[in-house]
Amino acid sequence: MPLYLNDDQKMLHDSAVEFMKGEAPVSHMREFRDKQCKDGFSHALWKQFAEMGFTGILIGEDEGGLGLGHVEAGVVLEEIGRNLTPSPFLTTAVAGVEALNAGGKALRDKYFPGILSGDTVLALAIDEGAKHRPDQISMAATREGNGFKLDGKKQFVVQGGSADMVLVAARTSGKAGDEKGLTLFAVDTSAKGLARDNARLVDSAMAAHMQFDGVLVDADAVVGEVDDGDAVLRRLLNAGRSGAAAETLGVGSGAMDITVDYIKGRSQFGSLIGSFQALQHRISHLYSEIEVARATVLKAQQLLDEGSASADMMVSVAKAKAGKATALSVKEGVQMHGGVGMTDEYDIGLYMKRDRALQEFMGDVNYHTNLVAEMHGY
Amino acid sequence: MSDLETFRAETASWLEANCPPEMREPMTSEDDAVWGGRNATFKPGQKEWLDIMAAKGWTVPDWPKEYGGGGLSRAEAKVLGQEMARLRCRSPLSSFGIWMLGPALLHFGTEAQKKHFLPQIARGEIRWCQGYSEPGSGSDLASLQTSAIDQGDHYLVNGQKIWTSYADQADWIFCLTRTDKNEKHKGITFLLFDMASEGVSTKPIKLISGNSPFCETFFDDVKVPKTYGEDVSAIVYEENKGWDVAKYLLGHERSMISGQGGSAGSSLGEKFADKIGRDEMGRLDDPILRAKLADLDMELLAFRAMAERFGDTFKAGLCHPAQPNMMKYVGTELNKSRYELIMAAGGSAVLEWESDASNGGLTARDWLRTKANSIEGGTSEVMLNVISKQILRLPGA
Repeated sequence: MPLYLNDDQKMLHDSAVEFMKGEAPVSHMREFRDKQCKDGFSHALWKQFAEMGFTGILIGEDEGGLGLGHVEAGVVLEEIGRNLTPSPFLTTAVAGVEALNAGGKALRDKYFPGILSGDTVLALAIDEGAKHRPDQISMAATREGNGFKLDGKKQFVVQGGSADMVLVAARTSGKAGDEKGLTLFAVDTSAKGLARDNARLVDSAMAAHMQFDGVLVDADAVVGEVDDGDAVLRRLLNAGRSGAAAETLGVGSGAMDITVDYIKGRSQFGSLIGSFQALQHRISHLYSEIEVARATVLKAQQLLDEGSASADMMVSVAKAKAGKATALSVKEGVQMHGGVGMTDEYDIGLYMKRDRALQEFMGDVNYHTNLVAEMHGY
Repeated sequence: MSDLETFRAETASWLEANCPPEMREPMTSEDDAVWGGRNATFKPGQKEWLDIMAAKGWTVPDWPKEYGGGGLSRAEAKVLGQEMARLRCRSPLSSFGIWMLGPALLHFGTEAQKKHFLPQIARGEIRWCQGYSEPGSGSDLASLQTSAIDQGDHYLVNGQKIWTSYADQADWIFCLTRTDKNEKHKGITFLLFDMASEGVSTKPIKLISGNSPFCETFFDDVKVPKTYGEDVSAIVYEENKGWDVAKYLLGHERSMISGQGGSAGSSLGEKFADKIGRDEMGRLDDPILRAKLADLDMELLAFRAMAERFGDTFKAGLCHPAQPNMMKYVGTELNKSRYELIMAAGGSAVLEWESDASNGGLTARDWLRTKANSIEGGTSEVMLNVISKQILRLPGA
């Protein structure tokens, strides 16, 4: 498979570009930020995502979706990133759906119709500390009657406040650090004993702290196998990480484009500042970094779609490389904008804030670079 | 099974049956590469491998069959490359004829030129060198002065080239010459001639690595006939249009040099962890070095994906025409970083310059060699200028 979009993917790309630019550009994000929206995104837009078919990209055709793959999800995510579009797409339609695809039919029947119609929102409760450490999950799920009882805390649950269901990774046996003993649960957020404390993040997205106090779930809330949630969790994480890498790439690519435009229009010392070699070399270096990041993201998604054994490695490479390139893009972007880069009026600062939040989502550059070393056995 | 998968299976079994065992050993030094030519010398297995691959047209798998190629589609050629890599078959032939002149002739050459020169290249019979840079014309290549004066049936060539790779071992040269002193870019002609011609001499340049892959090349009243035989022109494309050919070729050269960053096979950290030592968790026991190696391993894998994407988009005509400059920039800078870490991880062992244990200082010499990567074929700074001007369309570059 060549490492570029095929004709069908190109068509999806074109419609995602048009849709996001038309319906949810940066001004849309500003509008929802400024009205202090409690959910941090527009439910009407989420409905439009559904009408476009986006929410069903990873849902099989026999279940009413488009039956497409991670490459296609990434095509949409890159445009979400480029336009800073607030939406629950990544948590719901990408990572969430991927996990449910590994679960039983009953769970899919329960949640897929709402996702396909743009009514249902999912969130992911993985992190328990300030840094992403899924191998250190210690939240307890103990057997109780026919099901389980969940006790513990989760944080950085993006869209956790508005979600209808949250996928919770908890320990049914073993201790933090053990590979076995994890189980993934689909927990309705109306469940008794679940407290959600919503916080607005630096990029104006909403994320929740979740407190589970004896939350009871049925056995059929288990996604995948009991004590063997590692397999389904890995699928969820690979989908989320490669998706976040695609969104990050869109942020970095968008920030670069507006910076290139800015330095082509701004004059100082009687010249356009874009004619100065001091800026040209730096932004050309940035262009190169973004191009490399784009290749890693597409490669990771293709490998995931092929079910390749090398996908884990490439997903980490993509998350790390897209993170590095985009961090550079937003930093150079603000610097090259000069004083106006510090103002709320210009968009470049919003890109910097969105990048910061995406860096932490499912592992930052350091985390994934370390995973590359571990997967290489050193 | 799809046609391509059938081709893959057939190719794999053919390679297994026909590749000599010596040609499946890793290359350990520069002279393990086969360059062919009139004065070629071969180690065991090299000649057999070259001849059997040339007979199949697989030294140049995607060239047309009538010019000595394999006539493979892009997808088939990619599969052949993948299978050769998987089975660790060495490349049968390294050649500036294949990498540079061939693509220029396929694009700009006359039918007679293609029929005459390409099969010789494919079979490794003629070894070519490239006469581009001059002492006063480095980054500003188009200021070159080597003159070719029209004398009716021939050109009289005078001047000097520098950084001519392996000129002392080459049979023929493709050479940029000035045929009009009043024009810059439009006064350059792309000439082909025999290095055995009277008046051609070469002098190797000793580098900081101690090796001499480059030469100074001198032309003193060299007579270059306008045609060879009946109708094979010595000029590629047209008189005074050599810059068009040169630009096209620089693209190929840049994408070729850029490949060096991606040529790393295995992980650097994996290679060095046991030599340096591991902590109780099995991690390389120098945490700062480990972090740098991990970052480089990540970047190498990232660049490998970039190289694949570049190759795919380049062949399909989908990439920006200036994209080879980006590849050259990233690939060469990465290769330099890679060798800095190889030296840091290798410690005092890789300082040895003349010992059996160090294979004659191979690592240290390779490290020094990489410093030229971002100078030759256009410096990194020139690459960034080209990206600024041609891709980002920045003003006044």
